[in-house]
Amino acid sequence: MFTKVIALIAVLITGSLLLYGVADFPAFGDPNSPANAGVAGGAPSISQYFITDTYSDTKVPNLVTAVLADYRGYDTMFETVVIFAAGMAIFAILRVLGNVNDKHHRCYKVTTISDGDHNRIIVGSTVKVIVPIVQLFALYVVAHGHYSPGGGFQGGVIFAASFILLALADQLNAALRRLSETRYIILAVVGILIYAGFGVVCQILGKNFLDYGILEPLLFTKGPEMARSHSMLGVEIGVAFTVTTIMFAIYANLASRGSLKHSL
Amino acid sequence: MSDFINNVVQPYFNFWVYVILLMMGLWALIAKNNLIKKLIGLSIFQTAIILFYVSAGVKEDSTIPILLSQSPAEAIDPSIEEPLPESGYHSPEVPVAAKVDTKNINPDQFANPLPHVLMLTAIVVGVATLGVALAISQMVFKQFGTLEENEILKQMKGPAEDG
Repeated sequence: MFTKVIALIAVLITGSLLLYGVADFPAFGDPNSPANAGVAGGAPSISQYFITDTYSDTKVPNLVTAVLADYRGYDTMFETVVIFAAGMAIFAILRVLGNVNDKHHRCYKVTTISDGDHNRIIVGSTVKVIVPIVQLFALYVVAHGHYSPGGGFQGGVIFAASFILLALADQLNAALRRLSETRYIILAVVGILIYAGFGVVCQILGKNFLDYGILEPLLFTKGPEMARSHSMLGVEIGVAFTVTTIMFAIYANLASRGSLKHSL
Repeated sequence: MSDFINNVVQPYFNFWVYVILLMMGLWALIAKNNLIKKLIGLSIFQTAIILFYVSAGVKEDSTIPILLSQSPAEAIDPSIEEPLPESGYHSPEVPVAAKVDTKNINPDQFANPLPHVLMLTAIVVGVATLGVALAISQMVFKQFGTLEENEILKQMKGPAEDG
């Protein structure tokens, strides 16, 4: 009880300090706020440059994708590395540490759906119809990320959702047969290597890391702008590989408590 | 009271929502005993910050930052707009993206793309770190048989029979 009073006081002090600062913020939707237009009398905000010049720089209509994969390419690359590191951390915690010392293992009753359960027939066959459509949509989101909302992260998560759907409806083994542990770790590494490979090739050709314009002769494009556009598709595919496999790995490891045998 | 609402709450209503969400998350982080409830509080806290960033990029009378035919009429050069054919579809010879005057874009017509980019990556990393946190919680449950913080502390202080 005493701790809760202390916690309430701390929360209320934090909240009132934040609300006190709110009066200095610009109004909601103000186009002339510092974030949108820059400080009055100073240089214009960087986001104005992103809106006005991105199309002539990269020929990509979706400004979010262009900023994500080109202007902030380093950030996105290491974001992908963070996801990979999280996947490896879960692997280390649940698969390696979790199976080392089973002496103190508290007994859980793992209940699995028996083979004769009629729900599996309906749900399983529905999922078999839905999964290819979900995966096709995921590929569309990845490939169309330049022209519509989408990209590697979103498409990768949708693709992973199709595998998770398979694991939820059927046994986890059904999904692991298609995307086994060895396979998903290799594909996660391949995704990062695709992304970093684009950067390294730019370096070999004599430009900065991830400066895609120099890839023009390798991609057979007209002008460095289209080379940037195509390279962005390439790195988005790399991101999609890593996100798909790691999201599925997180689900598979958590749902089976690291055993990858019995699922929820 | 109505003065307070009209002058203080109403113009900054979005910020009030984020601050209240943030306080809820912080409360769960400090006061809740269950580790999973703490994680839920952390996610609510994160949601408040994501909403705050996204709202910083909102502009009145603007559209999504994609230069397509959905752009407002001002962003489309009327001189290259051709009348719709009888069928109601655009003529296939004119690419849709060409209808935006790409040389002369008014930044006020499009929402700020930068907060969207930052939050896109923040959401994905949030999911990955939540996965790690859940994995650690599973290990804690395996070790102690409970996720209640006070019971875990009691076991850690007591005789180390579990090793």
